[in-house]
Amino acid sequence: MGADVQLASEASCHLFSGCGFPAPGLGEFEFKPIFSVGGVDFTKPMLLSIICALLVVGFFWAAFAKPKLLPGKLQLVGEIGYDFVKRSIVLETIGKKGEKYVPMLVSMFFFVWIMNIMSIIPFAQFPVMSRIAFPVGLAAIVWVTYMGLTFKKHGFVGGMKNLCWPSGIPGWVMVILVPIEFFSNIFVRPFTLAVRAFANMFAGHLLIVVFSVASWYLLSPSIGALYGSVSFVVAVGLTAFELLVQFLQAYIFVMLASSYIAGALEEAH
Amino acid sequence: MAPEVLLAAEEKMNPLLPAWPEVIIGLLCFFIVFGILGKKLLPSIEKVLGERRDAIEGGMKRAETAQAEAQALLEQYRAELAEARHEAARITEHAREQGAVLINEMREEGQRQREAIVAAGHAQIEADKKQATAVLRQDVGSLASQLASRIVGESLEDHARQSGVIDRFLDELESKATAAQGASK
Repeated sequence: MGADVQLASEASCHLFSGCGFPAPGLGEFEFKPIFSVGGVDFTKPMLLSIICALLVVGFFWAAFAKPKLLPGKLQLVGEIGYDFVKRSIVLETIGKKGEKYVPMLVSMFFFVWIMNIMSIIPFAQFPVMSRIAFPVGLAAIVWVTYMGLTFKKHGFVGGMKNLCWPSGIPGWVMVILVPIEFFSNIFVRPFTLAVRAFANMFAGHLLIVVFSVASWYLLSPSIGALYGSVSFVVAVGLTAFELLVQFLQAYIFVMLASSYIAGALEEAH
Repeated sequence: MAPEVLLAAEEKMNPLLPAWPEVIIGLLCFFIVFGILGKKLLPSIEKVLGERRDAIEGGMKRAETAQAEAQALLEQYRAELAEARHEAARITEHAREQGAVLINEMREEGQRQREAIVAAGHAQIEADKKQATAVLRQDVGSLASQLASRIVGESLEDHARQSGVIDRFLDELESKATAAQGASK
């Protein structure tokens, strides 16, 4: 694993020992394959994503497999999570028609959230969503749902109108607005959806790594120990901050997916 | 050596280019989650949540229904009671009218019977008076003739009776009395 190898190789490097700061970079996001099958490498993020899927399924299985009218503790926690996504995100955004999309969006929320949380779980310590392939896959599902629903509900012409033709705008503005809307809704939305989640997790992880590496690097029997402890405190603070960002990004991801679906289901105007 | 490896990795990697195996694994993982949650777990919890909602709201709704039913029943009873009262009033009115008619009939009947009784009484009195008059006349005649025979000293009785003197006298007396009555009127 790249990160571990790098840290191990720099373990003896400290401030005032004549070596420069081993700044972490993109290498933090590259992993040596655990094994390879037919030229395809199986890496840590893949393993983590499988673990995340199993965790989500395992938790909800334990909570909801034998549901009771008077819930136990685990079922209650599951219900609170389920109800939060259902009510505060999906039904709030889409309305009564959103009932059908609750399972997909609930699955998406908890899958994304746990993949983000991996960032601060000991030994995992890597947000799976910071590998852009994972947000791209999920954004693709959202895009296919969004486009599919738009054209299914309004037909091809109506669907294009829904995507490109905002209502209540004077005619001459349309000349500029229609291409922008077209470009924005069909290409920019899925792209930003994926990149937003990716970039937040990427940056957050890099920040934590930078301050963690720095606190190790600065640690030396000198004034450096003070710098190092400051850096360590910042790393801890950032970890707590990341906990918030992880939740927020999962929330935003599903919130935007809901609002796209709501847009697709909107009555023709 | 390590920095070179790192540099090589950095040159090779573009963080914005998705690696297809990861995309596929990610999608598979998502569909596993979605499949199990969407097909089994969420419907089952949704069912239980619905049942719970029913248990709470259903109780309230049932109470409301029962109350509405009771209210309807009360209305019905009130309406029936009002109808019964109305009916009773109608019957009473009818009875009163009938009673009045009956009383009138009875009164007329009584009047008629009284008149009949009075008439019968009058007739009886008339008959009694006639009889009494006849008896009286006979008695007065015999008394007078007895008196006269005492005075005269011999029995005039048969003679007087034969001659009809007494009767004639009495008739005269009567006609005088009637004349006097007619004059006084």
